[in-house]
Amino acid sequence: MALSTAEHDPGLFRGSSAGLRFALIAVLCVMLMVLDQENKHLVEIRKGLSFIVQPVVYLVSAPSSIGDWLFDTLASREELQEENARLQEQQLIMSGLLQTYSALKTENDRLRGLLDSTEKISDKVLIAEIVAIDMTPFRQSVLINKGSFDGVQVGEALIDAEGVVGQVTRDRQVSAEALLITDADHAIPIELLRNRLRSIAVGTGEIDSLTLPFLPRNADIIEGDVLISSGLGGTFPAGYPVAIVSSVRSNPGQAFLEINAKPIALLNRIREVLVVKTQKPLAGLATETTTSEPPTTAIEADE
Amino acid sequence: MARNVKLWPAIASLLVALMLEVLPLPEMLNSWRPPFLTLVLIYWCMMWPNKIGIITAFFSGLALDVLCGSLLGENALALSLVAFLTSRFYLQIRIFPLLQLTASVFALLAVSSFIRFWIDGIAGLPSTGYSRAFPVISGTLLWPFIMGLMDRLRYVAENRKSSLF
Repeated sequence: MALSTAEHDPGLFRGSSAGLRFALIAVLCVMLMVLDQENKHLVEIRKGLSFIVQPVVYLVSAPSSIGDWLFDTLASREELQEENARLQEQQLIMSGLLQTYSALKTENDRLRGLLDSTEKISDKVLIAEIVAIDMTPFRQSVLINKGSFDGVQVGEALIDAEGVVGQVTRDRQVSAEALLITDADHAIPIELLRNRLRSIAVGTGEIDSLTLPFLPRNADIIEGDVLISSGLGGTFPAGYPVAIVSSVRSNPGQAFLEINAKPIALLNRIREVLVVKTQKPLAGLATETTTSEPPTTAIEADE
Repeated sequence: MARNVKLWPAIASLLVALMLEVLPLPEMLNSWRPPFLTLVLIYWCMMWPNKIGIITAFFSGLALDVLCGSLLGENALALSLVAFLTSRFYLQIRIFPLLQLTASVFALLAVSSFIRFWIDGIAGLPSTGYSRAFPVISGTLLWPFIMGLMDRLRYVAENRKSSLF
């Protein structure tokens, strides 16, 4: 068989049959997939390869970037003035709100001091834009335009102006892949704003819904409850709005409630996001808490 | 040497196909996105079987994996299998009339879609039901147009007298 194929095209089968070559490549692919599945053995190889394909990312997202630039450049004077007025108004409202916020923060810090509890660490943020390319269709993921060169690290949380968006899953040099909170493999620790009931919100794979599968039938939760991030687990900073409960169904045959929630962040319409750089607690504190917080230590051991 | 230099239409069209694979589309159209890279690869494996083959398929698949964030090797395996099957049967497929050719392309696309479905299943992604079949259908419908376009490109490449390309 090898002889007859070699007659047809001497260039393709140099010494080995196509079947053997395919078998070798298939084994290589399977090895790559097994190693990549845990998302830690091939990190550097992926980074190197993504640097090579970065020009493709730029080319594909170029039309939308150029469109944005044209829109900004060719905007009329009236439009700009209107936008300016609107932004100034917004700025005024925001700074008004911030005044009360700083007073509250001082009061909170003082109370925390009285209670001898640790001081709440404020978060640093980095502004990033969503790159206009479509990622793999069966995951809810996006690409942002800041990467490890800008200090983005795996595990950092993404928020927008409304609420929590997702977390960074892979960093490249000048971009990073992020998983949205609605991905079917994603779960975020949350608590109810109303009564601080803690639970976990799991993605459904659909862009506009989350589910809370672990609440018993007697849990105090109603439609319209606001879910905020609880900060447990260490990935997401505490206190950011995540979702609003859209339906609570109690099935007598089941031990748990069927709860659906709608993400507050407009996940399919966002353009700009904030990468929240959660600050690690001080070294002394970390050694104290290592025994009581296994998830945190696991994350730190990975790094 | 001169034979190798003529690879540019294949490389260029594969690159364009790679870009089309990640071009932002509206939510509705996204699940119907035709598998451009697979289609272009099938064409070149069929027409230039001693230039484009499994190795090219492997590297284009790897590029797609890195680009769109899927499991490293997933698209590489699917595309290598398609390239292997195409270069195994290119003598039969190539002389088919268009309708039969499109039917074979449908079979190849179905195989590659099944491989991805299988890998996603093992990797723990949720089953998405019928939406797996959408790209196969749209890809099959697009094939005659891709074929016409590529034929023209290949004609230009093979009949060009200039030594530049």
